[in-house]
Amino acid sequence: MQTTTLGARLRRALGSMGTQVFLLLSSVVALFPIVLVIDNSLKTREAIFLKPFALPLGDAFSAAGYHKALTQSNFPLWFANSLFVTLGAMFLILLLGSMAAFALSEYKFRGNAFLTLLFLAGMMIPIRLGTVSIMRIAVALRLINTLWALILVNVASGLPMAVFILQQFFAQVPHDMKDAARIDGASEYRIYALVLPVVKPAVATVAIYSVIPVWNDLWFPLILTSGNSTKTLTLGVQQFVGQYSIDWGAILSSMSLAIVPVLVIYVLFSREFVSGLTAGSIK
Amino acid sequence: MKAIAGERAKRGKPFPTYLFVFLVPPLAVYALFMIIPLFDSLRLSLYKTMGDGSEVFAGLGNFVQLFTSPNFAPRLWGSLKNNCVFFLINTVVQNTIGLVLAVLLSRQRLRLRRLYLTVLFLPTMLSYVIVGFAWKLILSPVWGVSGAILGFFGLGQLLQPWLGMEGPALVAVSLISVWQWIGIPMMLFYAALLVIPNELIEAATVDGVNAWQAFWKIKMPLLLPTIGMVEILTYVGNFNTFDIVYVMQNAVGAPNYSTDLLGTFFYRTFSGYGNLPGDPTMGTTIGSVMFLIILLGVLLYLFGWKRRVRTYEL
Repeated sequence: MQTTTLGARLRRALGSMGTQVFLLLSSVVALFPIVLVIDNSLKTREAIFLKPFALPLGDAFSAAGYHKALTQSNFPLWFANSLFVTLGAMFLILLLGSMAAFALSEYKFRGNAFLTLLFLAGMMIPIRLGTVSIMRIAVALRLINTLWALILVNVASGLPMAVFILQQFFAQVPHDMKDAARIDGASEYRIYALVLPVVKPAVATVAIYSVIPVWNDLWFPLILTSGNSTKTLTLGVQQFVGQYSIDWGAILSSMSLAIVPVLVIYVLFSREFVSGLTAGSIK
Repeated sequence: MKAIAGERAKRGKPFPTYLFVFLVPPLAVYALFMIIPLFDSLRLSLYKTMGDGSEVFAGLGNFVQLFTSPNFAPRLWGSLKNNCVFFLINTVVQNTIGLVLAVLLSRQRLRLRRLYLTVLFLPTMLSYVIVGFAWKLILSPVWGVSGAILGFFGLGQLLQPWLGMEGPALVAVSLISVWQWIGIPMMLFYAALLVIPNELIEAATVDGVNAWQAFWKIKMPLLLPTIGMVEILTYVGNFNTFDIVYVMQNAVGAPNYSTDLLGTFFYRTFSGYGNLPGDPTMGTTIGSVMFLIILLGVLLYLFGWKRRVRTYEL
């Protein structure tokens, strides 16, 4: 490596410049639509059409779209519904997923391999294919147009991944710790509570994995909770945009209102998101 | 479980109540809202919905009708063909660019690495509703955005209402899906590249192997398991795609069903669309066909790929 020639050094410099250019261009393509929507949501109708690339400054600025989006729709309610469903589903996925994963990794019993496989299969088969039957079950249980229908369906579809990831982490917890507690007379429930904090990083990864699809889902809100009082943010915005297709200011504003919460959470937790994903897949 | 519990009782050990406490709640939710519906849907596909809403056992009648009747067969083959094109574009464009990005991002001493990772993964965080509408507005000739961009490169005359044209609409929708999901293969490949030890590449370099050869001869074989995983994730995701088409081109896959995928065909059939009433059991028949398509892919992956590809401990 000592004998780096001028040519090799030049090639390396060009290579790293090419890398930067490619990554920069890709980043621009990734950001462009999002920036464009938020930028234009703050502009007047004329400015949106005449100067779509201009910043919302001076005469171009207008918050009329936001005013309309917030007064003509039920944003706060949609937002609250989405938040309730997402947090409820996340809590139950973590609780039930860790219980199942703990039992499957801790105890030897007949049927263990079968149950593990049953959960594993759920990662490959999309829950949507059972929609017609899910609708009937929801009707029978009087869950149609309740947020609990969405929570339970999302828990069912989120459990396989949660069990899969948590099981591997539970299996790595040293036995000494559990056995010491057992000798001290701790119950199995106590052992579970003792081990759970040890696998905290995995719990965080599962939380991240499970939140995004629930928050963004359109399919099940469309089918199970399309009533006015149970609309989620995704469904509400989708129908609002369809209804006000001429009022671009209102459309862009309602879209921005849906983007911003995701954007804020993502930027705040981006470190966890990225490392969670890479760590999760190395496993 | 029962047998074991019995043995324990005989041996004088306490009955493992905790096992039930831990396993019954998760299994109950999982079974009631996923396992049972999936099997029940397969069962329903063998029933015909009659005019009065009652359901009568019809064996494979729905399947015969789906594959032969002029009301269903053209839509089935049409959406299947479109879905294959959609998958092909996703697999080639998304996974190739995802791999290239991952290789570049894993270069040593790269500046702004974390920023690039964060930004490139951002679209994956957004809902289809946002992604679909944002691109619909951008591609709309009513808004001057795509015209201005093409004009900047001197390609202004190429501007067309792509989303309204039969061939280009499917390509456009596929590429927008690529734009949204590129973060997943990128991250998976990136994670796989991270665990390849630098010493391995350095040792090869000392032996006179150039970067290009190092990629194809050393990194690529180590990436094969990840490539398989990315492919099966793309496959399963693509063959039940619904949202992006629904948001951009409506449930009918406009124009003239040219962007109709199996997911939209499935939705239209069971829920009804326009003045067509829904046919739930026919819907489950399409769902069963999708189930078989996905199962076929998963089995091919498990037995055709995973069994043959060598994984190396690094």
